[in-house]
Amino acid sequence: MNAAAIIEQPLGRLGMDSLPFWEMLQHPTEENLINGFIGGGAACVVVIGIVVVCALITFFGKWRALWSEWLTSPDHKKIGIMYVVVALVMLARAVIEAILMRLQQAVGLGGGFLAPDHFAQLFSTHGTIMIFFMAMPFLIGVINYVMPLQIGARDVSFPVLNSISLGLTAAAAMLVMVSLVIGQFSTGGWFGYPPYTETAFTPDVGPDYWIWALTLSSVGTTLTGINFAVTIYKERAPGMTLMRMPLFTWTALCTSILMIFAMPPLTVATAQLALDRYLGFHYFTNALGGNMMNFMNLFWLFGHPEVYILILPSFGIYSEVVATFSGKALFGYRSLVLATMTIAVLSFTVWVHHFFTMGQSANINAVFGIASMLIGIPTGVKIYEWMATMYRGRVRLTVPMVYAIGFILLFVLGGITGIILANPAIDYQVHNTVFLVAHFHNVAIPGVLFGLLAGYHFWFPKVFGFRLDERWGMISALCWLFGFMLAFFPLYALGLMGLPRRTVAYFNPAYQPLEIVAFLGALLIGCALLALLIQGWVSIKHRNENRVFAGDPWDGRSLEWAVSAPPPEYNFPVLPVVNDADAFAAAKEFGVAYQQPDEFVDIKLPRNSAMGPVLGGLGFVMAFGLVWHIWWLVIVCALGTLAAIIVRGFARDTVQTVPASVVKEEHGRWLDAVQHAAAISRAAECDPANEGLAEQGAAGATS
Amino acid sequence: MTSRLRQARPPYVGVAILSSTLLLLSGCAESGVYLSFLNPQGPIAAAQRWHLIEVVVLLGVFVALPIFVLLPLLVWRYRYGAKSPRYTPKWQDYLPLEVMVWAGPIAIICVLGFLVWHYTHALDPYKPIAPHGRPLQVQAIGYDWKWLFIYPDQGIATVGVLAIPVEQPVAMRLTSATVMQSLLIPALAGQIYAMGGMVTQLHLKATKPGRSLGENTMYNGNGFHHQKFTALAMPPEEFKAWVRKVRASGVALDARAYKALSQRGTVAELVAALPRASHEGNIYLTQVSAALFPAVVEATMTGTPTALGHVLVAPAGLPAPVVRKTAASSMENAP
Ligand code: HEM
Ligand SMILES: [Cu+2]
Repeated sequence: MNAAAIIEQPLGRLGMDSLPFWEMLQHPTEENLINGFIGGGAACVVVIGIVVVCALITFFGKWRALWSEWLTSPDHKKIGIMYVVVALVMLARAVIEAILMRLQQAVGLGGGFLAPDHFAQLFSTHGTIMIFFMAMPFLIGVINYVMPLQIGARDVSFPVLNSISLGLTAAAAMLVMVSLVIGQFSTGGWFGYPPYTETAFTPDVGPDYWIWALTLSSVGTTLTGINFAVTIYKERAPGMTLMRMPLFTWTALCTSILMIFAMPPLTVATAQLALDRYLGFHYFTNALGGNMMNFMNLFWLFGHPEVYILILPSFGIYSEVVATFSGKALFGYRSLVLATMTIAVLSFTVWVHHFFTMGQSANINAVFGIASMLIGIPTGVKIYEWMATMYRGRVRLTVPMVYAIGFILLFVLGGITGIILANPAIDYQVHNTVFLVAHFHNVAIPGVLFGLLAGYHFWFPKVFGFRLDERWGMISALCWLFGFMLAFFPLYALGLMGLPRRTVAYFNPAYQPLEIVAFLGALLIGCALLALLIQGWVSIKHRNENRVFAGDPWDGRSLEWAVSAPPPEYNFPVLPVVNDADAFAAAKEFGVAYQQPDEFVDIKLPRNSAMGPVLGGLGFVMAFGLVWHIWWLVIVCALGTLAAIIVRGFARDTVQTVPASVVKEEHGRWLDAVQHAAAISRAAECDPANEGLAEQGAAGATS
Repeated sequence: MTSRLRQARPPYVGVAILSSTLLLLSGCAESGVYLSFLNPQGPIAAAQRWHLIEVVVLLGVFVALPIFVLLPLLVWRYRYGAKSPRYTPKWQDYLPLEVMVWAGPIAIICVLGFLVWHYTHALDPYKPIAPHGRPLQVQAIGYDWKWLFIYPDQGIATVGVLAIPVEQPVAMRLTSATVMQSLLIPALAGQIYAMGGMVTQLHLKATKPGRSLGENTMYNGNGFHHQKFTALAMPPEEFKAWVRKVRASGVALDARAYKALSQRGTVAELVAALPRASHEGNIYLTQVSAALFPAVVEATMTGTPTALGHVLVAPAGLPAPVVRKTAASSMENAP
């Protein structure tokens, strides 16, 4: 890197051949045409999508509102919503990619239509997106929205940092999207093992996109973890002791602790790989003292806790959902807390199970195999506690509950196959086969995704003030459930038949029938996603009939249900005082819910800050410059980042005040609505009659 | 212990149903190639199958079954609107149940823990298989996208086929000349990674003659899905004849052949590049030095892939290579 190079090549490695149609136009063979159209088509969708969104915003004159009410907002609720929007967009992309891969494999006997390189990008982006840009933003979004409400706080401890975390995550997601249009993504899978991802074997920009996307998002997530943990330690309402926190908040706490300790090894691993690729270091190369085994250890030191980062919040959601829709207190609260903590701690002791086949001694493998199985104990406990919660309750089969029940049944199978894989002697056979693919989807889809979707249906009325359409929700849930089974149960058999994962094509006809079944399952999952989309549309259309402004559509148990839907910007007009676990259920029981406080005071809230979008934008451009070796751009962005941080240091006017009179007025309006709402029994829960006020006592809860 | 390794135990009735269903799935395809350890061709795979069945039955009966029976029952009996069963909205603490809820999983994991300990040691890929004279030595080197199998005692090497005599244990050493790979012959034994600059080990044995699928399971680029080979188990006399045939009809592994071998490409592409070495789509090589494997390990480790001249046979007419001991041959146990 010298001045001359910067002048000679101001765009670094960027050239015409970085564009998606280029290869197809230069060498118009049939294969190149098909792959060019698919890749180029996808690129067009991205570009057109961005253009259309921008045009719509301009047409409706919403740029200013977007900037001042959303992008720069430090409100945890808005940040939560934006996280979930990112997650849903990325979910759509990753599911489409999954269907494409399944189609390729269904016709993959002896070839298929996708080029191997194209297929490799598909599984790499699919995996990377599903983990880092679907599941993570989704759960962070849900925690962001719900957790401060559950603990009776006004916001998270560091609201602007929260916005910066979102900016970094969005920048990283954007980087993955851009790789669709300019250049190509990594082919090294979601864990990007070297030495395959070293320059000696993959000199193109793919692994660089992967490295910087992961680096940006891992930094963002570490900050999020710190933010959440501090919030839970410091911002709880008076009386909200740790053992009175709702279980979802407990899982949020454990997940945050895991984020703090598990993300840095990933940041270090990707940074070391970057040093190898950019500056000729030898951390993970074959030669000159490099050792790729170190990467695997670092990656999975992150990677295994990561799967619990993903699943613990979903366990929390299921706990809330099962208790609420069984009309009963959560059974075995203390056991569930203990189980959650146990899982969090144990999750750091099992990473070697991702490479039992790396040649370490039988003693080591056996110890890590047994350690892995130990996690089955607290997980099993949870399942029994949820079942005990239904015992002598009154179970209502709403959409979230259907997800929860489907989850328990399917997750048992996923857990069992996990324990099978924890036997090193069996893992030697099925490691790296589609049996493993079936296993981790069996925990990721019913476990993580269904949980988040259950949470989406559960809290949507709280967030937007109206309920989602039940019928389309149910159709979608059933499509997810059966689609999942069709798509992934065949893979267990295929894995036992020796089919390796990441196979673009195969040459033994024995594999094809089950591949076709799996493809049909993937199609059904596509329908599920479509149904979810239709549900959104229908629900928005009928929003006025389904309003639940009073705020408690499901006869909820924790504090987020104790405020209006949507909640005011400051969450609580006066901070609640908590005397009980299940604070809101207790308040309703003792008739002290919906109180008019004696006195209102001014509420101080953080003022908007541009730090989130600015740092996110600079991070994105800097990463892009790094990927393409556009050094001047990197330097400019680095200086810009530094400047932004310094300028922010001088900002003194960081607080805004909501006057007591406004709070009083808004609260009065809400109490009025509550007064005029009809208290409904659970039977009318899904009717327009539900205005968000629940009839109390056994009568309301049982028939 | 060894007795279990020798012969798969006769399965009991329930197990028989389970395994025969799986067997149907894993069946020998038209091509006559064994794909799966559910249809094992050797003692290791047979023991792995037995282990799988044990674990599946244990977990199926004690974990899945109770939940699959109980949960629908609970959902039905305590459904919203049901009149008769008790409704206890505040029942959330009951010590005996808590104890059971923890004790059940703990008991199951204890049993499983013993199984893990036992099988992990019994089926350790590094552990030589019960004595049967000297095992057949094979050295496997992973290239993109093919495996080279060196028979150091016979002085030959193959690509695309791994021939072994039945009943004689095979002791394999593995390394990679490129990126990480993983060698798996499901019907015979589990997989182990092959990594550049390092040596790993795998022991296996075939009990019946037959063809089994062999493959790389670790993605390594565009030709990954082509990186298959046939593990060909044959009676000992036939194996001797096969070795003679390779010696007679293979070509010498000289610098030119090695260059073709180490180029990125599939077996088919190698066959096209070395037509004279090709037999039924496989490559036979002769005059292979026992020092080649350690030399490849060392060359990969030091980053000097071209420094192999001294272990490759010289072009026709010149004397065979001098076998030189290298540092790498003493690092068998890494990692
Ligand atoms: C929604 C339905 C889904 C379908 C149909 C699907 C399908 C697939 C397919 C076909 C592959 C490639 C398998 C192979 O390597 O042979 C794959 C890989 C993967 N999927 Fe999914 N998937 C889905 C959802 C998810 C979810 C929810 C997650 C995680 C939260 C996820 C995470 C992954 C990961 C990590 C990989 C591995 C990528 C790699 O090989 O590096 N998937 N999936
Ligand atoms: Cu793990």
